[in-house]
Amino acid sequence: MSANAQTEVIKDLSMLKQKEMIARNYDAITSAPETGQKVASTFVPGNLNELINSFGMLNNLPEINAINNGMRKQSGAMIMDAERSGHSEDVCTYVKADIGMMSKGNIAPNGKPMPAPDLLLLSYTGCFTFMKWFELLRKEYNCETVMLQVPYTGDGVVTDNMRDFVVKQLKEEVIPTLERVSGNKFDIDRLRENLARSAKAEDDLVWVLDSAKKVRSPIDAYFGGVYYIGPIFTAFRGTQDAIEYYQLLRAEIEKRMEAGLGPITPEGDMGEEKYRLVVEGPPNWTSFREFWKMFYDEGAVVVSSTYTKVGGVYDQGFRHDPENPLESLADYCLGCYTNRNMPSRVDMIENYMNDFQADGLLINSIKSCNSFSAGQLMMMNEIEKRTGKPGAFIETDLVDPRYFSAANVKNRLESYFQMVDQKRQSSRQF
Amino acid sequence: MKCYIGIDLGSTTTKAVVMDEKGEVLGRGITNSRSNYDTASRVAKLEAMISTRFTLFHRSLEGLAGLEGEGIDRLLDNLERHFRLELFLEQLNDLHQTCAANSDDLRYPGQKEKICASLDVVFNRLGQTLQKLFGPGVKRKSDFFRDLAGTEYMNIAEETAKELGTSFDTLINVYDKSIIEVENRPPNDDMEGKFLRALEQVLKEDAGLSVDADEVMKVIRDVLAIDLEETFVVGTGYGRVRLPFPKEHIRSEILCHGLGAHLMYPKTRTVLDIGGQDTKGIQVDDKGIVVNFQMNDRCAAGCGRYLGYIADEMNLGLHELGPMAMQATKTTRINSTCTVFAGAELRDRLAMGEKRENIMAGLHRAIILRAMSIISRSGGITDEFTFTGGVAKNEAAVKQLHELVKENYGDVKINIDPDSIYTGALGGAEFARRAVEEA
Repeated sequence: MSANAQTEVIKDLSMLKQKEMIARNYDAITSAPETGQKVASTFVPGNLNELINSFGMLNNLPEINAINNGMRKQSGAMIMDAERSGHSEDVCTYVKADIGMMSKGNIAPNGKPMPAPDLLLLSYTGCFTFMKWFELLRKEYNCETVMLQVPYTGDGVVTDNMRDFVVKQLKEEVIPTLERVSGNKFDIDRLRENLARSAKAEDDLVWVLDSAKKVRSPIDAYFGGVYYIGPIFTAFRGTQDAIEYYQLLRAEIEKRMEAGLGPITPEGDMGEEKYRLVVEGPPNWTSFREFWKMFYDEGAVVVSSTYTKVGGVYDQGFRHDPENPLESLADYCLGCYTNRNMPSRVDMIENYMNDFQADGLLINSIKSCNSFSAGQLMMMNEIEKRTGKPGAFIETDLVDPRYFSAANVKNRLESYFQMVDQKRQSSRQF
Repeated sequence: MKCYIGIDLGSTTTKAVVMDEKGEVLGRGITNSRSNYDTASRVAKLEAMISTRFTLFHRSLEGLAGLEGEGIDRLLDNLERHFRLELFLEQLNDLHQTCAANSDDLRYPGQKEKICASLDVVFNRLGQTLQKLFGPGVKRKSDFFRDLAGTEYMNIAEETAKELGTSFDTLINVYDKSIIEVENRPPNDDMEGKFLRALEQVLKEDAGLSVDADEVMKVIRDVLAIDLEETFVVGTGYGRVRLPFPKEHIRSEILCHGLGAHLMYPKTRTVLDIGGQDTKGIQVDDKGIVVNFQMNDRCAAGCGRYLGYIADEMNLGLHELGPMAMQATKTTRINSTCTVFAGAELRDRLAMGEKRENIMAGLHRAIILRAMSIISRSGGITDEFTFTGGVAKNEAAVKQLHELVKENYGDVKINIDPDSIYTGALGGAEFARRAVEEA
């Protein structure tokens, strides 16, 4: 971080707001032993934040903690700790960062220890590792555990049966467990209020993501995008804070559009937009800034990404619905990007390529993520075939700094950008 | 005249190609990359410029009376030999002066005179011995100054130190300190003088040539008077960011290799390049434009360095590996292309009693298997297929490649150019040419 600290980072109001929200949430979690609030650990894809909150419980997300530790350059040592305790080099590095964090006292970014969770709520939406991760945590904490089995959409469609199955589990298993752990009765009206607030914030988020359809995009939908999805994907969906955050953000982006500005970067407004890309796969967190710089220095803007859909595909029209609270939670879980089959992922990317007038598709394949890296190369080939636009493939990792080779990634990216250039020139010439 | 230059800064060697405005290659130069990319690119460029002069000499001498048949080549071979000697002696003299200056070091108080006297003797002997390397028909193992001067300096310094009662260690220390300085210093500007002095020697020495010496001298002088203008330089390769060039002068090596292979073999659709630390599978269209590529990630498994490491493990020279593998009676299965694991696997197989030749064949197969996996990820092999990079010079690797390509893709024409090591630099030079001529 020290190198980055030297260059002054430009912050907008929405950024300050989000920072303050996150800090407040960590404070609420770490002071739970004093306030008596109960804490549920759960994952981003398929998280039931509105429901958890309706019981007055807090939501702690282990993979967000891992990302946080990755960005603060803490994850490397944590992963090594986990490896010393017997976890293999190939295991998901979110898991190892979390396990290593526990062995280091489970200290939150505010310097205080995280309380042990009162509940492990696993909403299973396609990541097999999440399940094993919670098994490890259950052994560690020996607390209440509940698993929502969300059927994988292997045929690319959500059937009534699937929805009913999820709703049934919500009614018969998840809600009773939440009642038991929190000591509060289920209040459907409270849930409805939360869901109404979610939908409001979701509208503004979608507007922001769609703004990248403009040529000379005012946002970067990947590097900037991971900040924009922050509140909706984490502990704030269904809160007034989230509504306010997205109002602020939308106003800022509207202004950028009017002024004809490009995306904001850590070094200020981005220069000329030379390449418009769609990106598949999460970013690398340990060298996030360095990685981002490789794009904006070359004039590459990410206009759409699939990673910003892992916590919900609102741009495809889904909204949380207060009229059908449990059904809408079920639909939300079933539709998560992580729960979609390969052909739906390809279709989605193809649409992004066309709707956002992209020059190409870049896949950042994650070394330690077996569930989502499998098949990515074939997805890329398929997109190349369908759109005639070039694809590129790079490999990094989530939070293991050892798996980020800057020179190698830069080499491939530069080659790719030059390849796009060359293709453009030749299509003009001939 | 306009010269377009491509420089490919590889992890092991740095290559330069000079091209004229019509796209014809005039000269090529190569040097070791050391850890100093600035020097490496300067030296490679200089070498390519020297080679350009020879091409131009050749063109101008054609048709001159007395130089029919092999006459020109003989004359130019001799000219090059004498020219190299001129360069070498200049550098040797520089080394002498630098060693003398470095003997003033605080570590050897009051010994300067004695050291300098010993150095005078050493360098006198060294000059006499090493001149022989530039005699007619003598094959030098390398043209890198350090390779030529280093070993012999050790021998002569040891013998001289004994005779004169000087410390051998001191002579070695002084040399070690000076050689890097000297290597990194360009030769003086008087290239023309060096060429002309060399030519005088040739004309004096070769009585068999029935040419008009004045006429030859005039032709050479005329060529030397041509100003070789560095019209546009493009840098590529692993060290390209170290080049003191603006961004528009830097191209990715993927694009340069694709274009270079296209220039060598216009029907190329798939390129495999195995270099020191990366392996690239590149697909190009009928104009040499890259349409897809894949390369190894941060791990250099199965690249040129792997062979270097194996050679060290086996106590062999890098160039001995291929010929040894060609002696194999069967191919031992080697699972790992990881450089570190392969060392262990190699010792394992030796301990099991496998023949070294068979293990070598297995190691070469392992490299090509990995390359095949990278190629298939980039889209497979489409006829014609061009293999480039340092490893393309290794006959055992080439043999395995032929077998595996046939097994997986059937009959495909495989192109390997003897100058394939210059593919990236060639592509770079063409990019430079297009930047100006087709702008």
